[in-house]
Amino acid sequence: MAANEKGDRGGPRIGVFTCHCGVNISQTVDVEACRDFAAQCPNVVVSQDYKFMCSNTGQELIQRAIEEHSLDRVVVAACSPLMHEPTFRSACEKAGLNRFLFQMANIREQCAWVHDDRQMASAKARALINAAIRRVALQEPLQPYETKINPATLIIGGGIAGIQAALELAEANQPVYLVEREPTIGGKMAVFDKTFPTLDCAACILTPKMVSVSHRESIRLRTMHEVEEVAGHMGNYRVRLRRRQRYVDVDRCTGCGQCISHCPATRIPSSREIIRDGRVMTEVTRDPASGRKVARSFDPTMLHPDASSRSGPEDYSSGVVSDEEISKDLQKFEQPRRGGPSPMQRYLRLVRAQSKMSEEQVERRRTGDCTGCGFCAEICDGLVGATAIRMASIGKDERGKDQMRPFLVSLDACIGCGACATVCPTGFLTIRDRADDKGRIRDFALGNHSAIYLPFPQAVPKVPVIDAESCIHLQLGEGCGVCHNVCEPEAIRFGQQEEIEEIEVGQILVATGYQLFDASSIPQYGHGRLDNVISSLEFEAMLNSTGPTGGHVRMKNGEEPRAIAIIHCVGSRDDNHHRYCSRVCCMCGLKFAHLVKDRTSAEVYQLYIDMRAFGKGYEEFYSRVLEEGVNIIRGKAAEVVEQRFGDMSEGILHVRCEDTLIGKFRDIPVDMVILCNALEPDADTERLGNILGVSRSPDGFFLERHPKLDPVGTVSDGIYLAGACQGPKDIPDTVAQAQAAAARILSTITKGSVMLDPIKATIAHESCSGCRICNSLCPYSAISYDPEESVSTVNVTLCKGCGTCVAACPSGAITGAGFRDDQILAELEGILV
Amino acid sequence: MAEKPKLAMYWAAACGGCEISILDIEEHLLDVDAAFDLAFFPCIADFKTKDVEAMPDKSITVCLFNGAIRNSENEYMAKLMRQKSVVLVAYGSCAAEGCIPGLANFYDKKSIFDFAYKESPSTVNPEGKVPVPRTQMPEGEIEIPEFWDTVKTLNQVVDVDYYIPGCPPQSDQAWAVIETVVDILQNGKELPPAGTVLGAGNKTCCDECPRERKEKKIKKFVRPYEIIPDPDTCLMEQGLVCCGPATRDGCGAKCVKAGIPCRGCYGVPAGVSDQGAKMVAALASVIDSEDPEEIERIIDGIVDPAGTFYRFSLAASTLRRVQLESLRPAAAASQEK
Amino acid sequence: MAWEPKIVAFLCNWCTYTGADLAGVSRIKSPANIRSIRIMCSGRMDPTFIVKAFALGADGVLVSGCHPGDCHYVEGNYKALRRVHLMKRLLRDLGIDPRRLRLTWVSAAEAEDWAKFTTEFTETIRELGPLQLVEGSGTLVSATAGNGN
Repeated sequence: MAANEKGDRGGPRIGVFTCHCGVNISQTVDVEACRDFAAQCPNVVVSQDYKFMCSNTGQELIQRAIEEHSLDRVVVAACSPLMHEPTFRSACEKAGLNRFLFQMANIREQCAWVHDDRQMASAKARALINAAIRRVALQEPLQPYETKINPATLIIGGGIAGIQAALELAEANQPVYLVEREPTIGGKMAVFDKTFPTLDCAACILTPKMVSVSHRESIRLRTMHEVEEVAGHMGNYRVRLRRRQRYVDVDRCTGCGQCISHCPATRIPSSREIIRDGRVMTEVTRDPASGRKVARSFDPTMLHPDASSRSGPEDYSSGVVSDEEISKDLQKFEQPRRGGPSPMQRYLRLVRAQSKMSEEQVERRRTGDCTGCGFCAEICDGLVGATAIRMASIGKDERGKDQMRPFLVSLDACIGCGACATVCPTGFLTIRDRADDKGRIRDFALGNHSAIYLPFPQAVPKVPVIDAESCIHLQLGEGCGVCHNVCEPEAIRFGQQEEIEEIEVGQILVATGYQLFDASSIPQYGHGRLDNVISSLEFEAMLNSTGPTGGHVRMKNGEEPRAIAIIHCVGSRDDNHHRYCSRVCCMCGLKFAHLVKDRTSAEVYQLYIDMRAFGKGYEEFYSRVLEEGVNIIRGKAAEVVEQRFGDMSEGILHVRCEDTLIGKFRDIPVDMVILCNALEPDADTERLGNILGVSRSPDGFFLERHPKLDPVGTVSDGIYLAGACQGPKDIPDTVAQAQAAAARILSTITKGSVMLDPIKATIAHESCSGCRICNSLCPYSAISYDPEESVSTVNVTLCKGCGTCVAACPSGAITGAGFRDDQILAELEGILV
Repeated sequence: MAEKPKLAMYWAAACGGCEISILDIEEHLLDVDAAFDLAFFPCIADFKTKDVEAMPDKSITVCLFNGAIRNSENEYMAKLMRQKSVVLVAYGSCAAEGCIPGLANFYDKKSIFDFAYKESPSTVNPEGKVPVPRTQMPEGEIEIPEFWDTVKTLNQVVDVDYYIPGCPPQSDQAWAVIETVVDILQNGKELPPAGTVLGAGNKTCCDECPRERKEKKIKKFVRPYEIIPDPDTCLMEQGLVCCGPATRDGCGAKCVKAGIPCRGCYGVPAGVSDQGAKMVAALASVIDSEDPEEIERIIDGIVDPAGTFYRFSLAASTLRRVQLESLRPAAAASQEK
Repeated sequence: MAWEPKIVAFLCNWCTYTGADLAGVSRIKSPANIRSIRIMCSGRMDPTFIVKAFALGADGVLVSGCHPGDCHYVEGNYKALRRVHLMKRLLRDLGIDPRRLRLTWVSAAEAEDWAKFTTEFTETIRELGPLQLVEGSGTLVSATAGNGN
């Protein structure tokens, strides 16, 4: 211990405490030399070292020294201030010293741990200590601001993490805003059929929670909402939410589903085609530049024989269908009065009247051939109002009757709504998602396919949503309106606009989850190019009983696959894509293997790099799946190649890989390949991070405050993380983190108020000349100008203490408490001399 | 009758404007004469250095020292005046912060001599002679002051009690200071603390500027000849590089009132240590761009930023001068070899 | 002892200081020539600190903050960007190689980038050699002298 009698001349009395941190610091930095160096620095009256300064004993040592030596300033040379500054500040406070008369020298993270040369590192440590001593001498007591905590919490993301946290907070009767950008909560878990390793039915464990969310009074559910702006600070955030249009009034809708069963349009995102008799009649895509729908057709035989030389809706009359008949049609499909049968209902009745069809028509219907009924043309004309299809004769049958077939009369008129396909009783006309063609199942294809739809049957809120791109009325600005007409509670709102809502909350939980890595960026696997190469979430949708195949494992052609390969680490543990392990895919792949075995007689091949079964019950599940006869091949798949023979409707997929356990190349022929795609940060992560002031790790996921000691917090006080938005996670870990975050939030709410750092800017009016340089700089508009006095003023409640104005002030009138110019310059001098 | 206090005014590297500013107090000169004995004032009366050298130390009550320290004679005189004076005042921008002579710190002795005595178009000097301190002539040795590489401010060579800024100081301010000094001397009042800036305010030029100021966002800088500035709007907001925000007030904002941007002669405001760096901080902050290339283009509009921001204060600035050629690493390295 | 560059780094609290800490936690080595001063935002960076650092004997000055768009205080880093651009002109005119001043963006997660930038910058300064402003000690001023605020 080195002490001397300085500071008697009225100068500050500084104590310097240097930490060995076990051997963490002392193995690279000569701590004793640092202690002796500090002892002879100006104003230092005591300089001590200790093994673990942050321990209780270490803190007591500091407190004792403060009392014994009447210290009025303390320097601790140890780890980063981001680590233990609060610890030591509190220790000072306990000994009666203002917590801001304290300074840390970071000789661990930014010195001992990053340097090898003991001499250089020790010299740097001394410089850092010297800087802290000079700085602390100029520090002044500051008083933290107390701020009340608004008990309301904003939870961003309504997946399992957000739901769990919301329920925990609601259990304590605290208000929650649960914001979800999709029409329903549930997130990715809602797509799953079973969960590993227990094979619980995902819906069975998730649905009750979702329903519970809708029943809790303290949870204000905001689906189809996105966070647009966040202002304020811990305890008092002001948040702007933007609501996208659902076109259905959530409060009025009873969830009866009448609208869905009557909707004639088919929901397909962006790019679709109408197929007539197996060939493309029109292809409708969205022009990315104008945002408008563009219809194209390449097949002149699809065009109406009489319309081929004409174009536009005025070409209404044709020799085949007389004007009189058309006007009769129009009358037939005139919009009914409220309460009467809708045009759609009338169509359905007509379809039911198919029993009156002739023998030949019945046969045609069975084979998918056109019966010439003309429903397609009628609905296109009468209900949709597009008049894109009309019937024309392709010749007489044996009885001398015209054989009528639908033809395209106007390319411009077709909006690809699919109403014609909906009413077609035979399947002669169908609508198809162009992107659906190869492998991909867009939108995970749960729920029904009408333009007004419920994302899946258990959706919460159980309120349908209209897909504006597919809705006839919203596309044309008129026409159809079937849903509106059948809706008893009058909940349809075609005129709905985006809306902004401002809410006030005290804390924010980010639970925005992940998105799936796009496997088409690994072209050798053929996702999006080869039929029957599908992603993990697409396969989850297929396994789901409400999914496109009703839970059956099927190839594109509807047949059951004979062999399936499951490829692990698609985009994970890959230097070209994501270096991290996505953590869930091994178990997910095993789950798929089990379910395939369970539901089909297919052979299953797992291609893995390392099998990571780390969780509770996971290794046991792995053993179980092995026993079920799944082929486990250690090796990364090199490529998937399709081979076709003759008229095979589906090619055979060859998966090529090196089996590293037997040291041989293998070529495994399968019918279907399931890719275990990496989990990656949601595309909105960067934008949201900027809004919230939360950083991201190199992998792009949100960065926690500390990987071990604070995996729930962020650097922004009052903002927390839960679930896969912080990194790939399985459901148990996600739920655990959500509960942890809820506990953190509740503890702050219970405390009622928090102390905020008084690092704020102030303007000395006696020096301010009102040049107004600072006025436009403040990102929080905390600086206002008083033209009467010709001075600017900082509103301390808005100021966040960044110091931009302090640096800019050309007259030196602005002072930044805690980071004053003279303090920083003293540190600079200490570091350099 | 008690002896009157003695007043001295000396010029070092200066233009003479400071003396004029004193003479511009007009009829108050009579008051000065009534209150002081002139001990040394080479501009208006014939005094010799040896007269001063012969005076007892601290026999001059107040010395107004103007001009920068350019050569050995300036430095000698500064030390002499310090020794003989009770109160030494750095009068005017040159003594206080180097001023226009201080701009020579963008060069060094050699480059200045080369240009002034050899390379300038009007010079005919085939033998390439440059001044040297001692020259042997048939009549004997001639000695002239030695020229330094670096122009210094008065306080860089001697302790200075007070500063009166301005190029030159405004006469009314000069008179006000003298009046205060007379009051202090005659009524036995306490002197202000050493280092005080007299004859100026504690704010910046903007405080005296009558132009209307708004929030600033600058997309383009212009030079004064390029625009006819709006008479009522802040010049900086019109794109002119006005040093007013980083310049001490006290001048009455005469330049800006005449439509000419402040050149910064009243020096750094209280609380600021480096006028140029502060101008960078302030001006760069209000540039309206976030694109590095556009920022470069906008900055291109500021012709000679260092010369503009440090027009009066280079010698007193943190870095004081351009790094000397002899100290540049390349030169240093070659010397080692 | 051979000459070693002295480099001062002004780091914003939220991104680069945290990133430099992470480099420590991850034991990613970097030269001991870099000594950092923590400021809340790179927007707090007053060019006065830069001239003072050079005057006090620094051979290089590094300013580092959050990536554009990522600033914890919305746009403080853009102010740093503009100031550094203009400051480089000033340094050039004062005969100081503008490469002695560097602005980087290092996020809280980019520990490897931090080590890379500091190593690179130290090498740059090593190549440029010592910045000597006056004969002798190399320091020109006392930081605490003069008016501070």
